[in-house]
Amino acid sequence: MATPLVVSDVAKSFTMHLRGGLVLPVVANVSFAVASGECVVLGGPSGIGKSSILKMLYGNYAVDAGQILVSHAGRTVDVASADPRTVLEIRRSALGYVSQFLRTVPRVAALDVVAEPLISRGTAPEEAHERAAELLSRLNLPRDLWQLPPATFSGGEQQRVNIARGFITDHAVLLLDEPTASLDATNRRVVIAMIEAKKMAGVALLGIFHDEEVREAVADRILDVTAFSPRRSAA
Amino acid sequence: MSDMPLLKVRSLSKFYGNRIGCHDVSFDLWPGEVLAIVGESGSGKTTLLNCLSTRLMPSTGDVQYRMRDGDYRDLFRMSEAERRVLMRTDWGFVHQNPADGLRMTVSAGANVGERLMAVGDRHYGRIRATASEWLSRVEIDTDRIDDQPRAFSGGMRQRLQIARNLVTSPRLVFMDEPTGGLDVSVQARLLDLVRGLVSDLGLSAIVVTHDLAVARLLSHRMMVMKGGHVIEHGLTDRVLDDPREPYTQLLVSSILQV
Repeated sequence: MATPLVVSDVAKSFTMHLRGGLVLPVVANVSFAVASGECVVLGGPSGIGKSSILKMLYGNYAVDAGQILVSHAGRTVDVASADPRTVLEIRRSALGYVSQFLRTVPRVAALDVVAEPLISRGTAPEEAHERAAELLSRLNLPRDLWQLPPATFSGGEQQRVNIARGFITDHAVLLLDEPTASLDATNRRVVIAMIEAKKMAGVALLGIFHDEEVREAVADRILDVTAFSPRRSAA
Repeated sequence: MSDMPLLKVRSLSKFYGNRIGCHDVSFDLWPGEVLAIVGESGSGKTTLLNCLSTRLMPSTGDVQYRMRDGDYRDLFRMSEAERRVLMRTDWGFVHQNPADGLRMTVSAGANVGERLMAVGDRHYGRIRATASEWLSRVEIDTDRIDDQPRAFSGGMRQRLQIARNLVTSPRLVFMDEPTGGLDVSVQARLLDLVRGLVSDLGLSAIVVTHDLAVARLLSHRMMVMKGGHVIEHGLTDRVLDDPREPYTQLLVSSILQV
């Protein structure tokens, strides 16, 4: 089976120059792989570095050492060392990310926010909007909100816009940072079904889920991030 | 996306006597890419922008631009006339103060139409129709086409300046603090407009700003300048979420949360 995501020996620390050069180790020796059709869940207590791992994989955080290999269409890119243009290209074509919070842009309607990843890959706007509408109605977002910018939406409504945006493409790797945190039971079950569908389609998923019901439903295996904590080995 | 850079900048420096304007700047700009140059006043960002756009002669270094025919030309080895043609047609320059980029005493329509005439359009009706189309694209009521920019608000003037620059379908646009001096609500509208136009038209842009939120919204890539040097350079998300250099950390941590 294909393994579109391979992480090997990744280490990350923050150097706080404004705090006299204080070095905060985050994770070390992070090594794992996620296969197509598999959902791996990052486990461990808050502050152990789960979100930081996702941010490194998506290129938002630089890494101190190691490789993050994303394979797509016969090509393998090391996100850890790739130039900005390559990182943006891999995000467009192969690597999706549902963040914890939606970054809203003034005046852009929810439907456009969701359709944008497809349009940027060259899908015709009408088709992209159709797909966006399907996803938003599946996630029970009231239709009268679709043409409004999400800035004024509730937390759960924004999160559903964010999920729809992340799930609209057929990216080979999908990173999920607590996508169900602010959802009610009905919508949680919709997201579980959407994750199942991604697995069936052969997508490699890596996520953080504090909600036990969701975790039990989707996780093929749990990766304990405590094992990568440099603080543990120092103690 | 083309696989050749639009602009290749190598070891560009500008000195004002003994003082450094900008020092040893090198980068490539790709088609469709938006680069933000950030830093405080006096960091050299405007000097760099002016050198790149040939408004200022650099002391050393060279800038190669890929012409429409695919050939690279050294900007500082071109004749003055060739450079002027480039600036009037293939490039745009959006000034912080719209009065620097507009002709304040001719009509809005003429401000837009003038650039079209510079590329050889002579048909009055067609020029007026295109100007009117661009006014509505930048959300200016078309019944204001015969008014002078003097009668426009700051936000409208800035949008008119953008229309004037984009009407000739340039491939590269330079922007110097495009939202500086505007109310926040006006800023948001302008940013959204610029963001949409850049992605619809596939423009490359170099945007100088001291506002990190503007950089986050508009740019793919970011360069941080201090004392004339580029001290940090990378994917915009990365520079803002995980700043490495002391000065960048200071900039990012100084943003007020609302």
